[in-house]
Amino acid sequence: MSQSVLSVRNLSKSFGGLKAVSDVSFDLVKGELLAMIGPNGAGKTTCFNMLNGQLKADAGQVMLNGESILGFSPRKVWRKGVGRTFQITATYASMTVRENVQMALISHHRRTWDIWRPASGQHVEEAMDLLALVGMKEQAERAAAILAYGDLKRLELAIALAHAPELLLMDEPTAGMAPKERVRLMQLTADIVAERNISVLFTEHDMDVVFAHAHRIMVLNRGELIASGSVDEVRNDARVQEVYLGGGTLFEGQAHG
Amino acid sequence: MSFYFAQFLTGLSSASSLFLVACGLSLIFGVSRVVNFAHGSFYMLGAYVAYSLVQYVPGSILGFWGSVIAAALIVALVGVVVEILILKRIYNAPELYQLVATFGVVLVMQDAILLVFGGEDQFGPRAPGLDGVVRIFGEPIPEYDLLLIALGPIVLCGLWLLLNRTRWGVLVRAATLDREMVASLGVNQSWLFTTVFFLGSFLAGLGGALQVPRVSINLLMDLSIIAEAFVVVVIGGMGSIPGAFIAALLIGELNAFGVLVLPQATIVLAFVVMAVVLILRPYGLLGKPETLAHSAGQVELPIRPASTLAKSVAGLLLVGLVIMPFLAGEFAIVLATDVLIFALFAASLHFIMSNGGMVSFGHAAYFGLGAYGAAFVIKYAGGSMEIALLAAPLMAAAGALVFGWFCVRLSGVYMAMLTLAAAQIVWSTAFQWQDLTGGDDGLLGIWPSEWAKSKTAYYYLALVLCGGSILAMRRIIFSPFGYTLRGGRDNPNRTESIGINLRQHQWAGFVMAGMFAGIAGGVYVFSKGSIFPDEAAIPRSVDALVMVLLGGVQTLSGPVVGAGVFRLLEDEISRLDYWRAILGVIIISIVVIAPEGIAGFIRKIAMKAGFEHGEEASS
Repeated sequence: MSQSVLSVRNLSKSFGGLKAVSDVSFDLVKGELLAMIGPNGAGKTTCFNMLNGQLKADAGQVMLNGESILGFSPRKVWRKGVGRTFQITATYASMTVRENVQMALISHHRRTWDIWRPASGQHVEEAMDLLALVGMKEQAERAAAILAYGDLKRLELAIALAHAPELLLMDEPTAGMAPKERVRLMQLTADIVAERNISVLFTEHDMDVVFAHAHRIMVLNRGELIASGSVDEVRNDARVQEVYLGGGTLFEGQAHG
Repeated sequence: MSFYFAQFLTGLSSASSLFLVACGLSLIFGVSRVVNFAHGSFYMLGAYVAYSLVQYVPGSILGFWGSVIAAALIVALVGVVVEILILKRIYNAPELYQLVATFGVVLVMQDAILLVFGGEDQFGPRAPGLDGVVRIFGEPIPEYDLLLIALGPIVLCGLWLLLNRTRWGVLVRAATLDREMVASLGVNQSWLFTTVFFLGSFLAGLGGALQVPRVSINLLMDLSIIAEAFVVVVIGGMGSIPGAFIAALLIGELNAFGVLVLPQATIVLAFVVMAVVLILRPYGLLGKPETLAHSAGQVELPIRPASTLAKSVAGLLLVGLVIMPFLAGEFAIVLATDVLIFALFAASLHFIMSNGGMVSFGHAAYFGLGAYGAAFVIKYAGGSMEIALLAAPLMAAAGALVFGWFCVRLSGVYMAMLTLAAAQIVWSTAFQWQDLTGGDDGLLGIWPSEWAKSKTAYYYLALVLCGGSILAMRRIIFSPFGYTLRGGRDNPNRTESIGINLRQHQWAGFVMAGMFAGIAGGVYVFSKGSIFPDEAAIPRSVDALVMVLLGGVQTLSGPVVGAGVFRLLEDEISRLDYWRAILGVIIISIVVIAPEGIAGFIRKIAMKAGFEHGEEASS
């Protein structure tokens, strides 16, 4: 078994009496695209927020390349080489697309305390390369506030790649996009991470996207990990089918399609 | 022991008075999200109306209690008029606009009250039947205080019943949680807001009317009560009535006992309590995190370096400023020096507020600190003007370093209130520390060095210092640091998640803004030759807000344009009677009619004509 980049053990979180995440353990190896699926309220985003440092875990262990990162603030987790995209896109509305990426680069190169040189001249080439990578080069000078939603998602991806992360956490990367565009964006992500050998943990509701791109799938239900394995293993798991009772036909349809 | 008990009761009675005002403020904020500066004016109006009804209504048909109730009702109706005429139009505007507009109301009300009731302090009669004292443990306690002590809990219970046992109360509570939702459920929001405003103003009027037998009634009541009410509401939690009650008790008792320890500086104690509470519970004792009311604010455009046209205009302006003294008389030179100083003051506020999203309602603190810092060097250290002008930004930056540490822990209205309280501390210290600051008499005889004595020479000094500072700030705004602040304003989560310690940057930005305001204060004190506590008071802070607003919040050149227009305007109208009311009307009109400000308006025209590159924000 190859070296795991992210190693999660017994991660737990309760809100009052509700066990949002209980005893979740998994590993993520280099270059792997791991999908975390489950119905609404299964604890996916809670899991993400703990990994990312936005939420304090009740118990458990999170190791990044053998170093514990649990309890780190989001910005420290980022410094350790973890990028994140959000379920609802988070970009700087009053900056251009290029400046959005430049901000991440400026932070990565630790230049945020510079009060003299114009920001728009910093790391321009790097920013344009990243934008080219996600297919946003033509829109570099547009204001982020007026982008279409799919383009915002692409921009977020470019921002998340700015500090050359080892691990990407993507919370519903294709939410709110048209079906065709979803597949395209996920294909793009898959290509980039394969090329750069980045590991990705992502949550997703669209099974087309999951089955097409995930190397491995974890299924969460009511905070517990109920199944994990290859696409086929998970698809044929009896418990998973039970959880996705309403979505059973979708599973069948996918199996044949 | 008995003395302390008496002091405790005094604390309780002032807590009740404070609660009456604060709960109305909190109620109005909870539903409408408007921080109503004019609430203190309603309180003052209540006192004046009640006094007049008691004194002048023939045959005392109303009697004392009838007058109190009638006064509260009249104030409530005035409140409704204000709500319908002004606030209804700005419910969706950013909080800065709302606060400035309600301050416009404060100015109008001050002059209206002056016109109707006259300017002298008034002393009301004792309340009939409650004019004696009761001895408790041998200490005399006014009967009237006991009534007030009882009134606080009675009003609290009444409000609780109203909010929890009536249909109206359910709607108000729902609107406090989520007003968009309430609107989409088919509730007539407009009506709901008006009724809440009626009740809130009634309580403020009642609070004021009940003060008639206790204190002298004067034209300073409005701002002094509003600062205290802000402290109470912030400690209790914006929108929480029980929170306001607990906080009023806390502050009331703190004042009663603090007076024994630190008689000069009870507001400092209140601030310390407020700061401690906010650090432990950022939303106040019983407050909840602000539900992000996504106001339909304009989408802001990316900032761009000045276009050729803008650069040439700025160049022409600079040339004009340099040759001005050769063409104009002494009066114009003095006025122009003033404009330069206030342009820097406004630009320093714009720097954190517009660029950094940190709304400061107490920016005059740093202007005042700079001015006093410079004055101290001259008065007590025997230093020269040059050293004093160095001390000014240092003193202001030191103040901003301390207050900023607390302020950047908060955001939105909470931060605004805390900055205001910080400025009140500076003001009251300057006002009360007679030995150091000369108190109300100020410090006089602070004149420039020999070479800068002439009006023209001083004008050039101001041009270099203020102009240079403004250009430096502009440079910073375009730098990575400035972009980081703007990023923090746009999206704090994004900023943290790209590895930036936002709070540290905001703190540094706050200190820089304070420092630049301090330079303005330092230049100011030598241009006037004197300094008074007023330079750090609320109206001075509001001046800065108005200048920024006048020029246009989202325009980089806005503060300069705003300061110019404001200063010239003020110079014209301050010679008139009732100039405050005129200024108030102007402020309200700007907010309601031209919220993008003058420079924003010009830019819009320029963009339409194709002179400026820029993208129209669609959607």
